[in-house]
Parts: sequence; C-alpha cells; structure tokens
Amino acid sequence: MSTHTDLIPQDGHADGHDDHHGHDAGASHSTLKGYLTGFVLSVVLTAIPFWIVMSGGLQHTSSMTALVILVFAAVQIVVHMIYFLHMNAKSEGGWNLLALIFTIVLVVITLSGSIWVMYHLNHNMMPSMMEQQIKNMP
Amino acid sequence: MPLTDGARAPGKLRFYLTSEHHPENGTLLGFWLYLMSDCLIFACLFAVYGVLGRNYADGPTGAQIFELPTVAINTSLLLLSSITYGFSVLEMQRDRKRATLVWLGITGLLGAGFIGLELHEFAHLIAIGAGPQRSAFLSSFFTLVGTHGLHVTFGIIWLITLMVQTGKLGLTPENKRRLMCLSMFWHFLDVVWVGVFTFVYLMGVLP
Repeated sequence: MSTHTDLIPQDGHADGHDDHHGHDAGASHSTLKGYLTGFVLSVVLTAIPFWIVMSGGLQHTSSMTALVILVFAAVQIVVHMIYFLHMNAKSEGGWNLLALIFTIVLVVITLSGSIWVMYHLNHNMMPSMMEQQIKNMP
Repeated sequence: MPLTDGARAPGKLRFYLTSEHHPENGTLLGFWLYLMSDCLIFACLFAVYGVLGRNYADGPTGAQIFELPTVAINTSLLLLSSITYGFSVLEMQRDRKRATLVWLGITGLLGAGFIGLELHEFAHLIAIGAGPQRSAFLSSFFTLVGTHGLHVTFGIIWLITLMVQTGKLGLTPENKRRLMCLSMFWHFLDVVWVGVFTFVYLMGVLP
C-alpha cells in the first residue's frame, strides 16, 4: 500500500516532466527573437572573417589571421548550436548535450591527432625518402 | 482499494499522454545521434583536407582558384535558408499550413541556388584542369565540399518530399516531427559550412 502511494506521485511527476519536454521540443524553444538574434550574430561573425581575408588586413602574419578566423568560426558554431539547433543542458534530458560533448571530443582527437601525426611524419620521412631517391638514381 | 483506483485513473490518463509524446522525443534524440555520427564523417574529411590541403603537386593553389566573392554569396544563401527554415518552423508552431509551405519553398530555392553555384564552381575548376585528379589538395577539396553539397542536395529532396506530404496530409503530428528533424539537418549543414568556408576557402587563400 505504501509503495503504491509512493509510486503514484512519482509517476505523476515523471509524466509532468515528460509533458514539459514534449512541449519544449516543438513549441516554446523556437521564437522569432531567437532566430533573428542568431541570424544577426551569424551575419556579423561571417562578414568579419571574410573582410579580414579579402582586404588582406592581416596578410603579413598568415598564422595569426588563420587563428583569428578559426576563433570566429568556433564562436559562430556555438551561436548556431544555441539559436538554430536550440541546444541547451535540458533538451532531451541532457542526452543531446552529452552526445554533443562526446562528439566534440572525438572530433578534436581526429582533427588535431591527424594533423599533428601527419605533420611529424612528413617532417621525419621527407629527407630519408629523398636520400633513397638519390641512391636509386644512377 | 477504492482510493488506489481513484488515484490510478488520472495516472492512466497521464500515462496515455506520455506514450503520445515519447516517440517524438525518441525520434529527435535518435536523429541528433545520427547528426553526431555525420559530424564524425565530416571530421575525418576535414582531417584529410588538413593533412593534404597544401600538397599542390605543382598544380594550382587555393589562392589561385578560390573566388571568395562567390563563396561569400554561397555562404549568405545558406545562412538565409537557415533563417527562412526557422520562419517555417515558427509558422508550423502556429499551425499555419500555407505560410509553412511558402517558407519551406523559399528555403528550398535558396538551397538550390547554393547547389547551383557550387556545381558551377566545380564545373569551372574541372574545365580549367583543376579537377579532383590534379593534386592531393584538389582531391581532398572535392571530397569535403562535394560531400557537403551532396548532403544539401538530399536535404532539398527531403524538403520537397515533406512539402508534398504536408500539402496532402496537413500539419499532422507526424509531419511536424519530420519537419523538426529536417530543421535539425538543415541547420547542421549550415554549421558544417561554417567550418568549410573558414577552414577550406578563407584559410586556403592565405599564403
């Protein structure tokens, strides 16, 4: 009997929770203001890196320019995630965010790992390969 | 006993509501997981481009073949299509079928414009002898940008399908769920494009 009375309020709570989520997924997250905010921010965050590169503003320091526009891209991706994809800690009970964080970890490992390893491979292999070619030449 | 029965009746009613909402949540979460796996495909292609992007094999460099004004137009087309899809979702939430379809149509046209420009760029590159077989740089460029373009193409096909379905069956819960999935797909492609125009085009023309 006591288990019953314990279970029923819990059920009711869980249902209310789910109902709230169903509402969130479809209705209350998307607002005109949210979309317009995201759009204006994206336009600004797109225009600035294009202007930097096309005007050749930081041309003499190439790696610095690359770093700056990469930061702009990262910020714009966060803007898209929040305002267009409605990402927050609560959507789908947090599983969306958890999957996203896991994916970001994999993406960072894939990208930085590949570029790092292949750079060193090129760096270390090139001279010996050229030596071999020279040996094979006559 | 009568007390428990009385308490069960609203419990059952709520349970019905839960089962009504649950598939929707499950679909959107599942679709998000698919998008994350798609993200890993693009991560691999970005890594390949990051490794091979400067191996020109004495062929053309990024600075020689990339036309940034075209890329800027392409970027604005895709960004505009993102906001028009957002407007479509807003109209969908207000159950206005006609306005939803109109905004979806505009989104599709903007997407088609994006694909058209990209195909034009590809055709031009191949015509001047800068096709995918020219160098490792161009192979990885065509693979990465082409995969994104293929995603947008299938997104447009999906969008037309949903326009037909919504036109015939109206804004049913199933169609709303499908439109929300396509919304995530479409915005996700815009996120990938942010990476493409930054990492490939803008960084490609840097010396």
